[in-house]
Amino acid sequence: MLWYIGRRLIQVIPVFLGATLLLYALVFLRPGDPVAALGGERGLPEAVQAQIREQFHLNEPFIMQYFYFLKGVVTFDMGNDFTGQPVAETIANALPVTFQLAMMAIVIEAVLGIAFGLWAGMRKGKLFDSVVLVWSLLLISVPTFVTGLLLQIIVGVQLDWLPVTAGRDPNFYSLLLPSIVLAATSFAYVLRLTRTSVFENITADFVRTARAKGLSRALVTRRHVLRNSLIPVVTFIGVDLGNLMTGSIVTEGIFNINGVGGTLFEAIQRGENTTVVALSTVLVIVYIGANLLVDLLYAVLDPRIRYA
Amino acid sequence: MPENTRPNPRPGQEHFVAGPDVVQLQVIDSVDTSEAPSSMWRDAWNEMRRRPMFWVSAVMIVVVIIVSIIPGVFTTALPRSGCDLGNAFASPSGEHPFGTNQNGCDIYARTLFGARSSVLVGTLTTTFVVILGTAIGAIAGYYGGWLDTILSRLTDVFFAVPFVLAAIVILSLAEERTELTVAVVLAAFGWTSIARIARGSVLSVKNNEFVTAAKALGMGRFAIMVRHALPNAAAPIIVYATVALGTFIVAEATLTFLGIGLDPSTVSWGGDLSTGQSALRSNPEIMFYPAAALGFTVLGFILLGDVVRDALDPKARKR
Repeated sequence: MLWYIGRRLIQVIPVFLGATLLLYALVFLRPGDPVAALGGERGLPEAVQAQIREQFHLNEPFIMQYFYFLKGVVTFDMGNDFTGQPVAETIANALPVTFQLAMMAIVIEAVLGIAFGLWAGMRKGKLFDSVVLVWSLLLISVPTFVTGLLLQIIVGVQLDWLPVTAGRDPNFYSLLLPSIVLAATSFAYVLRLTRTSVFENITADFVRTARAKGLSRALVTRRHVLRNSLIPVVTFIGVDLGNLMTGSIVTEGIFNINGVGGTLFEAIQRGENTTVVALSTVLVIVYIGANLLVDLLYAVLDPRIRYA
Repeated sequence: MPENTRPNPRPGQEHFVAGPDVVQLQVIDSVDTSEAPSSMWRDAWNEMRRRPMFWVSAVMIVVVIIVSIIPGVFTTALPRSGCDLGNAFASPSGEHPFGTNQNGCDIYARTLFGARSSVLVGTLTTTFVVILGTAIGAIAGYYGGWLDTILSRLTDVFFAVPFVLAAIVILSLAEERTELTVAVVLAAFGWTSIARIARGSVLSVKNNEFVTAAKALGMGRFAIMVRHALPNAAAPIIVYATVALGTFIVAEATLTFLGIGLDPSTVSWGGDLSTGQSALRSNPEIMFYPAAALGFTVLGFILLGDVVRDALDPKARKR
């Protein structure tokens, strides 16, 4: 088991290096000179431009720049952006907000998704099941930004139940609507996955045996059906953590939240390459980390997986 | 109870005693061995045909495709040049069935004409992704060795870069953003799942007897891969591609909504939703039609994907 964990950890390293190199190349090898564009119409004096190039290592070969960046990642010192603000500070400001948003979304999709999925799976073919299934398909088909705008109009503007935008200092209350929007599509997937899985297990032999030896329906559902059904669901939710971080680009844009997604999108449009690469790296780390966690969790949850 | 079973079976065991008429040898004998065997695809088609959901989704997709090819047949209004700024936010009328938006454009016409870019991006991206993913996955799986190591790590790397993030970074520096540009960018980071599916399928048939036989008969490696290994991967790839087509349409609409997808001059649902957002508080109803059209199209492909998966997966068919 330990050997398996170690091997998976080592496998992650080349993937991380490759993914960051790819992103770094995409951002920094783009045409146009960001330093020349800094001073507006008239441009900055030659000497200042040279100094900025020196400071950001822009006069060195691309691969050297990448190594400076890697050194920055390891030492948590990613340098400053063009306006002089430390990039690490920008990340420190943005990350907690997105983390809270993603956590709230995960709780919503997990609790509601599993509850509805269990209920529907145990009543497969009945009215409740069909209604839930149709709704889940609709949620999957409608893009997140449409759900976001829709809820903004209905819940935020017309009913005036929840705040429409989160603004500078988001709290639980103002993040509630964005997190529901962020969770919507994943909720539908969790529901469908749980439903299929529960239905498969409910007709399995071990459940019949448990019922036959006199266990109550509630106990069988809790101990035998739900536990076995949750293995694929847990793995989905783990992988989804990475997707939610990327999904925050859209959700945070709609609700005007200063999280990783919102800041990243702004930085891309302003050409703040250092910030873009740093925030993208954060996303990639979460993405790879979530996938790794799921792999390890899967090995713990399902003993049939061989560690070879 | 049948007469000629074992004498005096114990209660409850009757069923397990297999008499001649339980096995029904005549049924086995009556199988016509000269008849052509029914293929997996024929079975799947017969299965699919009986499902009402298949016809529902097929009709939805056909409607969207027809509208995307000949939108002009269904309306006389023009989506771009027919706009009248003096007639903005008009209520639905005989002339404008869905009313007009803030630029005075006919919403009905724009919704119909917007189908083209979505369908185009969806089909182009899916085509690219299937070709690229199958090629990479099949080569990695079939040739193995160092080529497999390199291609598999490459797949891992592209998989680790979030799809939407990469698309935003690349598209933000593209000068001209047509349907083809968006499709190429989406495909550049969307091929990884198909590569993994193709690799797995090829690996699973690689050591079968029929592959060894083909090798012994002198068939080349590439020919074996195309003729014997790839058809085995076709079913899971088709299932994945059908659902993926819907998600690519969603991705395009999302990017266009963010302002970095298709050019604003292209009539598209994502673009209309983006412009409609500015009138969110005063006239939210103008966003309804592009959103509904988008949802309708994606729903069609997701439903079809569901039906195709059920039909091609014999395990699911039994239930």
